[in-house]
Amino acid sequence: MALQQTVGKRVGMTALAWIVGFLIFFPILWTFLTSFKSELDAFSLPPKFLFFHWTTENYAEVQSRSDYFSFAWNSIILSVGANLVGLIVGVPAAWSMAFAPTKRTKDLLLWMLSTKMMPGVGVFAAVYFIFQYLGLLDNRIGIGFLLFMANLPILIWMLYTYFKEIPVDILEAARMDGASLVNEIIYVLTPMAIPGIASTLLLCIILSWNEAFWTLNLTTSHAAPLTAFIASYSSPEGLFWAKLSAASTLAIAPILVLGWFCQKQLVRGLTFGAVK
Amino acid sequence: MATQQTTTAGRLLVAPSVILLFLWMIVPLVMTIYFSTLHFILTDPDSRSFIGLQNYIDFLSDPDFLGALRNTLVLVGSVLVISVVGGTLVALLMDQQIYGQSIVRLMVIAPFFVMPTVSALIWKNMLMNPVSGLFAWLAQSVGLTPIDWFTNAPMLSVILIVSWQWLPFASLIMLTALQSLDEEQKEAAALDGVGAIPFFFYIVLPHIARAMTVVILIETIFLLSVFAEIYVTTNGGPSTTNIPFLVYELAQHSYDVGGASAGGIVAVVLANIVAFFLVRVVGKNLEN
Repeated sequence: MALQQTVGKRVGMTALAWIVGFLIFFPILWTFLTSFKSELDAFSLPPKFLFFHWTTENYAEVQSRSDYFSFAWNSIILSVGANLVGLIVGVPAAWSMAFAPTKRTKDLLLWMLSTKMMPGVGVFAAVYFIFQYLGLLDNRIGIGFLLFMANLPILIWMLYTYFKEIPVDILEAARMDGASLVNEIIYVLTPMAIPGIASTLLLCIILSWNEAFWTLNLTTSHAAPLTAFIASYSSPEGLFWAKLSAASTLAIAPILVLGWFCQKQLVRGLTFGAVK
Repeated sequence: MATQQTTTAGRLLVAPSVILLFLWMIVPLVMTIYFSTLHFILTDPDSRSFIGLQNYIDFLSDPDFLGALRNTLVLVGSVLVISVVGGTLVALLMDQQIYGQSIVRLMVIAPFFVMPTVSALIWKNMLMNPVSGLFAWLAQSVGLTPIDWFTNAPMLSVILIVSWQWLPFASLIMLTALQSLDEEQKEAAALDGVGAIPFFFYIVLPHIARAMTVVILIETIFLLSVFAEIYVTTNGGPSTTNIPFLVYELAQHSYDVGGASAGGIVAVVLANIVAFFLVRVVGKNLEN
């Protein structure tokens, strides 16, 4: 094979790639390690990498001092809830655009995408007033609705690109066999659409979980998710590195694991199907 | 073939999404345009009056706006260059025949999933702290004077943090594009004795050009509205306040709803210039 690299070159490339990967990953690893240190060890110079007294006291402290679980609960409710509602609204829309396209479908899809281009800050004052008027400030329903709207275009787009790949012939066959529209959806489409719907949901949960404009500006305590929880560590608690690290680890770990599972879908989801 | 039945059903199914998105877009936008024509200071509600385009004139001629525009362009431009060039290099490296590629991939993509407030705080405190941060220790161990990142180079610090978040995204998309490059093309080039550099510029680059365009456009849209990273690190200041942060300050600190709305409309217009191009690129793809 002309392309077969020599073993030496392959080992060299591997070493280089691992070093680069490690350096990019390092801040996360460092945070994880620091979260198990005592505050004294966290500050020590030269830094202690692995040989320190491991402790879990920071995690207990973070929970008792700032009630991590109520913020985490908000993050879960908001990101999962907003996108489940998103699926209820988005699946029918994506389904009909993929399987019963009209002349306007393409324009409609592009218009949906363009609503995503409005930066939140552009309409900040207006949304603030609307929320104040409706009593939705620091309210889970209110912030959940924003996260739902912010993701809806991406959600529909992702679903659309998945649904497009379901062979139409199968639907034709089902119709020939006399399946009604409802049966067609339940018995033919749903089983084939589940994987696409699942990965869409995962990616959208990640996006909502990390959303940090509306959640920082429209929540204070009751509806505040983890983004706001961490921002409250900016000072002076940020000086307690071990606790900051424990709080950060708790905030990113669940979503990092989810993210690793759906990294393939991430490419297609965030490029609106333009790169697969 | 769409039958009459499915077409009608189709309209009904699309309607909720379209109506919601339309309201979501039009209501705040119309309100913002309306507010932007008013003298409207929250702390002085009696003085509310129509002043036409005065807020726009004030906002655009405010020296803070020029500073924020410059900061926005510097931030977006630098992060784009770092993440696209760096991301392409990382992707090329990952695309080699290496051992444990999937693990390297997991490490490289990880920062993208870290919420902005977390990455900003980790970098600010644990890495860039001038006394006991890791960078300071590294600088000292090789005999350099540690840099007080956020005092002496606040913009550079923010750029580094944001680049760390977006380089993984670029790498992942570039890698996906690279992996779809035809193996036979590679072999043919190798047989013809094409060197690595011409191979990259004449074969690889044209192949990944579209992915690169998409990365640039999508990153630009997100980078134009960077907020949390500035909020938890420098909290503004002349050298890091970008347009979103300036608008936020007008609304939250000066209670100037009119001014903030005018600034908001300016931000929307800027974002839409980029969006116009993105929509065209994605739209072309729809035709296939």
